[in-house]
Amino acid sequence: MDFAFLLIGNGILIGLMYSLIALGFVLVYKATDAINFAQGEFVMLAALISGSVIVGAGLPFWVAVIVALAAMIAFSFALERVVLRPLLGRPIVAVIMATIGLAAILRGLGPFIFGSGTRSITLPVGDEPIEFGPFILQPVQLVGALVSLLFLGAFSWFFLKSRMGVAMRAVADNQQVASAMGINVERYFALAWAMAGIVAALGGIVWGSMLGVDVQVALVGLKVFPVVILGGLDSIPGAVVGGLIVGIVENLAAGYLDPVVGGGTKDFAPYVLMILALMFRPYGMFGKRKIERV
Amino acid sequence: MLSLNNIEVVYDGVILVLRGVSVEVREGAITTILGANGAGKTTTLKAISGVLYSERGEITKGSIELAGQRLNGKRASDVTRLGIAQVFEGRRVFEHLTAEENLIAGGHIMPDIKSIRDGIDMVYTYFPRLRERRHQQSGYLSGGEQQMLAIGRALMSKPKVVLLDEPSLGLAPMLVEEIFAIVQRLVKQEKLTVLLVEQNATLALGIAEHGYVMENGRIVLEGDAEKLRSNSDIKEFYLGLNEVGARKSYRDVKHYRRRKRWLS
Repeated sequence: MDFAFLLIGNGILIGLMYSLIALGFVLVYKATDAINFAQGEFVMLAALISGSVIVGAGLPFWVAVIVALAAMIAFSFALERVVLRPLLGRPIVAVIMATIGLAAILRGLGPFIFGSGTRSITLPVGDEPIEFGPFILQPVQLVGALVSLLFLGAFSWFFLKSRMGVAMRAVADNQQVASAMGINVERYFALAWAMAGIVAALGGIVWGSMLGVDVQVALVGLKVFPVVILGGLDSIPGAVVGGLIVGIVENLAAGYLDPVVGGGTKDFAPYVLMILALMFRPYGMFGKRKIERV
Repeated sequence: MLSLNNIEVVYDGVILVLRGVSVEVREGAITTILGANGAGKTTTLKAISGVLYSERGEITKGSIELAGQRLNGKRASDVTRLGIAQVFEGRRVFEHLTAEENLIAGGHIMPDIKSIRDGIDMVYTYFPRLRERRHQQSGYLSGGEQQMLAIGRALMSKPKVVLLDEPSLGLAPMLVEEIFAIVQRLVKQEKLTVLLVEQNATLALGIAEHGYVMENGRIVLEGDAEKLRSNSDIKEFYLGLNEVGARKSYRDVKHYRRRKRWLS
């Protein structure tokens, strides 16, 4: 039983960290209807930047956080302006292909600019595991999970309660009508991408400190798809629940199935769930349904 | 107040949709544009509000002026700031937002929360039914409620001119009357100026002061609502009455089709 608790506790923390990355994906989809296949590469870029600030330049951790945030905001603003705005009004496939291309470019240019060796960055917390009842928690994961919860809460509040959040949802609902309400649609698109940049910066730092900083961090982005399909592409609570499910399922598979079949189930178990979700609930658990009145 | 001078609208660079349309909207009154499907009524409204440009349309000639200020070429979000609000055809509420969030989005250009609250209160006094539905997702409201919400949302930006596009579309006659009565009250009490586009000529000419008739992207007839109502062409083609003023029987239609006088 202790083993199960261990797996579940670990799964919850990892799951929340997945949620953080999925959040960046959800923010962009919610506001602009664009599917960002480069979310994992955003995270990788942020990790590489903070890695080179801490290890390369030898600066303290908090400097790396600020630099990564600033760099990712600037990067996503520029990206929206240069690549995505000209694609406005084109078929959605155009944006998807553009982000896939972008992902490949980033994965190639990242090591080119920042070096290909694995650097390790450490959060300024100890590495003694914390025992909490039946759970044994890694401090790195605990911090990662707390950061995730904080931002998930903050963005939920933003969308539900603030005027800007309401305007952003209006833009997502109908761009033409929103612009007739005096809402500057393009500015809100830029804002959505900038928020995705912020989330990616934080994700890069927590994932980078857990996995080590190199191009492999981008693979975390692949886990975003089962998370958002399970939770719903445009739902922040969905990102949380989806992340928790993926994290827990992954850990249980690693703990119970891998020893039996010889390993590997951890990596595909979430995708099995994703396919099941697509069959039975294509808009996810919390995604917005198409409204049909009769 | 709002005037269109000889405007020409081209879609996709080649399709000529409006050919020299001139409309004068008088302050504090309802002006109506009548016409059949595809006559160019909605395009006229979109040209004013600037929504046209996001549909690859373009004003190639003429000018649109609001109290002396030129509107052509301005983006929709800027036109709204100058005091024009459009109520779209088919209501187009933000379906996934609640009724009240729709109103908040409508008041996007207002400077502070207080003016938004005042705006919401004002909308609720004219449309009490929206107050009951305030926390309901607007996509699930009834058609009439959605139309009320669409009008209320447009009022939130405290516009000088409201462009109303076919508010009667798909609604029960009783609801249409209710909504038209509220629009009339808004014009009187809030000193609103309205440009109303309608297919339902009887209703529109009943509340408007001045009217225009469009066909094939042109204005073919204009005049005071009173005068238009008694025009025999209008009676025949838009009000469904014959020369004597009696209701037309379908049996007669095949016998004799009146030729529109305005087609030279």
